[in-house]
Amino acid sequence: MGKTLFDKIWEAHVVKQIEGGREIFYIDKHFIHEVTSPQAFNGLRRRSLPVLRPSQTVATADHNVPTINQHLPIIEPLSKLQVDTLIKNCADFGVELYGLGHENQGIVHVIGPELGLTQPGMTIVCGDSHTSTHGAFGCIAFGIGTSQVEQVLATQCLLQMKPKKMRINLDGELDKGVLSKDLILYLLSKLGTGGATGHFIEYAGSAISALSMEARMTVCNMSIELGARGGMIAPDEKTFEYIKGRTFSPSGSAFHEAVEKWKNLFSDEDAEFDKEYSFDANEIEPMLTYGTNPGMGIKVTELVPSQSDHENESSFKKALEYMGLKPGQNLSEMQIEHVFIGSCTNSRIEDLRLVAEFVKGKKVAAHVKASIVPGSKRVEQQAIKEGIAEITKAAGFEFRQPGCSACLGMNDDKVPAGNYCVSTSNRNFEGRQGPGARTILVSPLTAASCAIEGKIVDVRKFL
Amino acid sequence: MEKFEILKSTAVPLPIENIDTDQIIPARFLKAVDRNGFGENLFRDWRYDQEGKQKMDFVLNSTVLNGKILVAGANFGCGSSREHAAWALVDYGFKVIVSSYFADIFKSNALNNGLLPVTVSKSYLAEVFQTIGENPNTKFEVDLESQTFVNIKKEATFSFEIDPYKKMCLLNAYDDIDFLISQKEEIEKFEERDCKVVSVK
Repeated sequence: MGKTLFDKIWEAHVVKQIEGGREIFYIDKHFIHEVTSPQAFNGLRRRSLPVLRPSQTVATADHNVPTINQHLPIIEPLSKLQVDTLIKNCADFGVELYGLGHENQGIVHVIGPELGLTQPGMTIVCGDSHTSTHGAFGCIAFGIGTSQVEQVLATQCLLQMKPKKMRINLDGELDKGVLSKDLILYLLSKLGTGGATGHFIEYAGSAISALSMEARMTVCNMSIELGARGGMIAPDEKTFEYIKGRTFSPSGSAFHEAVEKWKNLFSDEDAEFDKEYSFDANEIEPMLTYGTNPGMGIKVTELVPSQSDHENESSFKKALEYMGLKPGQNLSEMQIEHVFIGSCTNSRIEDLRLVAEFVKGKKVAAHVKASIVPGSKRVEQQAIKEGIAEITKAAGFEFRQPGCSACLGMNDDKVPAGNYCVSTSNRNFEGRQGPGARTILVSPLTAASCAIEGKIVDVRKFL
Repeated sequence: MEKFEILKSTAVPLPIENIDTDQIIPARFLKAVDRNGFGENLFRDWRYDQEGKQKMDFVLNSTVLNGKILVAGANFGCGSSREHAAWALVDYGFKVIVSSYFADIFKSNALNNGLLPVTVSKSYLAEVFQTIGENPNTKFEVDLESQTFVNIKKEATFSFEIDPYKKMCLLNAYDDIDFLISQKEEIEKFEERDCKVVSVK
């Protein structure tokens, strides 16, 4: 029997099998950040252990940093403590840190790929569930808890049970104005927020191959919202082209040798999956969420359903009540108050280019507070160079500095209670963007069009 | 971490599905640099209003329902990987969480903190909710050694699954990290491998 892409990479990283089905699983690259690492470093100190492989560990400050005045000391004392603790931990243990002010700083899942740290065939972990993003490069990448961060720091390994395998095939073509964010929100609406629990997903098919690398990252990023351990896409010429010439990519003959190896990373034709789904990309329209988990989504042309396939009645009712919506309601033309363009899902340069192109010469509706938070310092600098910052500011957007920002509302970037926020982030959980905030997840293009119109609209009418 | 002993306790019902870790512990409370004190903010926004007053209709504020077992709807712990969710539940005093299934990362975090996730069938879960509804003083018994969850009132036993390694860890209060550190030689040998897929050094 043939092997899946997942099998090939997994098996190459098993140090040893132990009784009961667990395996000692080797990690090639470990990303850390200020929120989920301090307790892990404390653990190392308690045991008098060093970081085993500092050269395979990279740190950045992203979750808890302000997105204005990053050159000034952090005002919020607890945030400052966490960022300062990361600086001290990285210095004490010899870990490279791309902290505030560094040209490589940014959201951990944006900087890994853009620096060429993320490469096909690798195993990558981080104390953050959206580590699945890196799977777009044909990696096994997944989020871990802080105890596991400590384990990887100390031993470069984890004890793992091999997850089940799922393949999701998407053939056909995406309509104009339909982005990869719509594609993943569509899959979520079909499979629900627990639809892939216990599985590792491989995305395949012509609609996936047609996506750019950044669009693929958006899809893999939200694998976790399906409950999956991670998601991945077999590397191809687009992948190799994207990696070529980046700061930490192999160069010269080493690059060509690497590409030859990476070309073996695909699922064999006779490989078997525990579960397999197929969807038609032509069916997908711009999507939006109406509830309090990312699986509660509809096409922009659909009404809020009267019941859910994925939640029981009381959970469904509770979600609608929180959102201030009714079963059967038409969300089209509904007024919104906030627009957030950012997060590890949609804050890369392609996302910002699409937004800038759409809003050029237009004005954000007077009652809407709209902000753009670039995913990294490099994205920010590129956006300034290309005139994106200027165009979006002229349209009435706030153009802020890199960080996780209003995706999870750890810093000051919060949405007030009761307000609707059309957001390119990944989670519409209760209170995610601030206590009482009501999040509607969308693509960057839909977000841009809603900002201009000040209400929920079908972006295709404006293209 | 403490050794997991046989537990007999009343249970707290939370019959909501897809409870995410942002509800268990909102992100704004993740700013600590140690593991203690998260119980105070467990289910913060369901437990307290924005002025910090208790919401009396939320089960943790109930004067009738309490216990060391939390019984929750399907897909408990979905969303963020924050281990703070497990820390908050443990700090509050829970020892066992019962649901029809758990999100993967949460489950792993719980096990790494001596908090036992017990997966039961959908129908058994419904019966547990019903039993608590009928009598909040009903006791349940959790025996990890025999892998049984017993609804004492209904004399209904559910045999739950857990992988043998994790069971051994919980019963003896062992951490994965101790085991991994003991394997250092093997790990270093592995690093010298001639990797067929990709080499990272």
